[in-house]
Amino acid sequence: MFEDLRDLYQEVIFDHNRNPRNFRVMADADRQVEGFNPLCGDRLTLFLKMDGDKIVDASFQGSGCAISTASVSLMTEIIKDKTTAEAKALFKIFHEMTTGKEEQIQLEAVGKLAVLAGVREYPARVKCATLAWHTLDAALKNEQNSISTE
Amino acid sequence: MTTFPVEKIRADFPILGEKIRGKDLVYLDNAASCQKPNAVIDSISHVYRHDYANIHRGVHTLSVRATDKFEAAREKVRGFINATSTKEIIFVRGATEAINLIAQTYGKANIKAGDEILITAMEHHSNIVPWQMLCEQTGAVLKVAPMNVQGELIYEAFEALLNDKTQLVAVVHMSNALGTINPVKKMIDAAHAKGIPVMLDGAQAIPHLSVNVQELDCDFYVFSGHKLYGPSGIGVMYGKQALLEAMPPYQGGGDMIKTVSFEQSTYAGLPHKFEAGTPNIADVIGLGAAIDYINEIGMADIAAYEAELLTYATQQANKIKGLRIIGEAKDKGAILSFVLDKIHPHDIGTMLDSLGIAIRAGHHCAMPVMDFYGVPATARASFAMYNTKEEIDVLMNGIASLIEVFG
Repeated sequence: MFEDLRDLYQEVIFDHNRNPRNFRVMADADRQVEGFNPLCGDRLTLFLKMDGDKIVDASFQGSGCAISTASVSLMTEIIKDKTTAEAKALFKIFHEMTTGKEEQIQLEAVGKLAVLAGVREYPARVKCATLAWHTLDAALKNEQNSISTE
Repeated sequence: MTTFPVEKIRADFPILGEKIRGKDLVYLDNAASCQKPNAVIDSISHVYRHDYANIHRGVHTLSVRATDKFEAAREKVRGFINATSTKEIIFVRGATEAINLIAQTYGKANIKAGDEILITAMEHHSNIVPWQMLCEQTGAVLKVAPMNVQGELIYEAFEALLNDKTQLVAVVHMSNALGTINPVKKMIDAAHAKGIPVMLDGAQAIPHLSVNVQELDCDFYVFSGHKLYGPSGIGVMYGKQALLEAMPPYQGGGDMIKTVSFEQSTYAGLPHKFEAGTPNIADVIGLGAAIDYINEIGMADIAAYEAELLTYATQQANKIKGLRIIGEAKDKGAILSFVLDKIHPHDIGTMLDSLGIAIRAGHHCAMPVMDFYGVPATARASFAMYNTKEEIDVLMNGIASLIEVFG
């Protein structure tokens, strides 16, 4: 019945929505930033454990749609053991992938995150996928303790 | 229901023939904005093709013609809400602007530090924020009458909040997020017994209920044209003449003055005092056409038909396991807000959209209502006179299927 939506709602997304990875409060986090999308009410708190320039652990709490939950869940997996520079590079590619600004999107460079590429056909849902990454960006900059997509 | 000419009405709304993602459009986002009948679309087009010029200032034929049509629309609005005089009908951009106007003119002139403004827990942001701004400017205090879990105003608590400090009651007639219809007559009488004026936010009520401002005896009534099958960007502020006379103007400019010199200006009489600048001429005329169209069908028949739609939708929704209706007031308009167990409203919205079904997913500009129910957002199907039981079946089948897909 929802054939048209297969690119958007892939099985991996349903899986991460049902069983979000790293869904926990991190008591000894070095960075804690809240992300908020005022248009839809999606809210998440991202926790990072740093070792110098390296992200050694990442977790989150919050509520959102399947796209935003899967996006943050996948992100916490993929950024573990990445340096700040590596994580920022991933954010850049992810952003290009979801907003479709690049002719040649390097899907292989983002690994599992490629399942979220489908949002670029749904402008109203792009922010659901990018909220996690904007929150990460703020956490890495360590500038603010809450960010908003607006 | 058999007598209500829904098929004939549907034929008057060209957009209902659109295909969305290859499917027949099922438009259930009427509480956000209603679609427009040919009568409205054609009237706007006709104005620009045949009758357009600036109003109230030209001696030439077209200006006179445009002015006559514009003022005829004002008379239609007057009749529609049964105001005493067209002097009491002020055209604004919408309900939001109307509330801001009241806050910044009536409010600033009459409300001071320590005074109270009373609203309810189910207000739209547009009936919260303008009062918060006024409170910040004046030092007045915003009070909120609570509601129960059905989404009904707790009337006794409302009454208890009326006191010597209360300078204004500003309440929603029908809630956009819950569908609740407030007992406004009783509320107005209670406020008036203490000498407190009452403003009703009628944005949601106006397409669903017969509104008679004299019978209600409300002091202000505001609504938007776009929810009344009329154009967007046009709305109405009704105010009792004596109050409007005493209020300072809102914006300064052309059309709202009697005389202007560099030393001093004097203001025009009602309603022009509140209508500075060239107004939204074509859309005012379009709003008049919408009112003609609704009058032809009859508000009582519309309300009865929509009540049947809501009853049917509620029955069908209650059959779906994991669906929780948000807002179960006894007196309720044709709005079905709901949440699904473990499925976010935005996912519901996108999935239904792929079936051609337009609903709203989000906080409905009523974040405090969402907080009250402990949900970040709801999905909302809202019905209009052109919707059908068959469309409700399509919606319910869609919901059942997406629950299956989410597992």
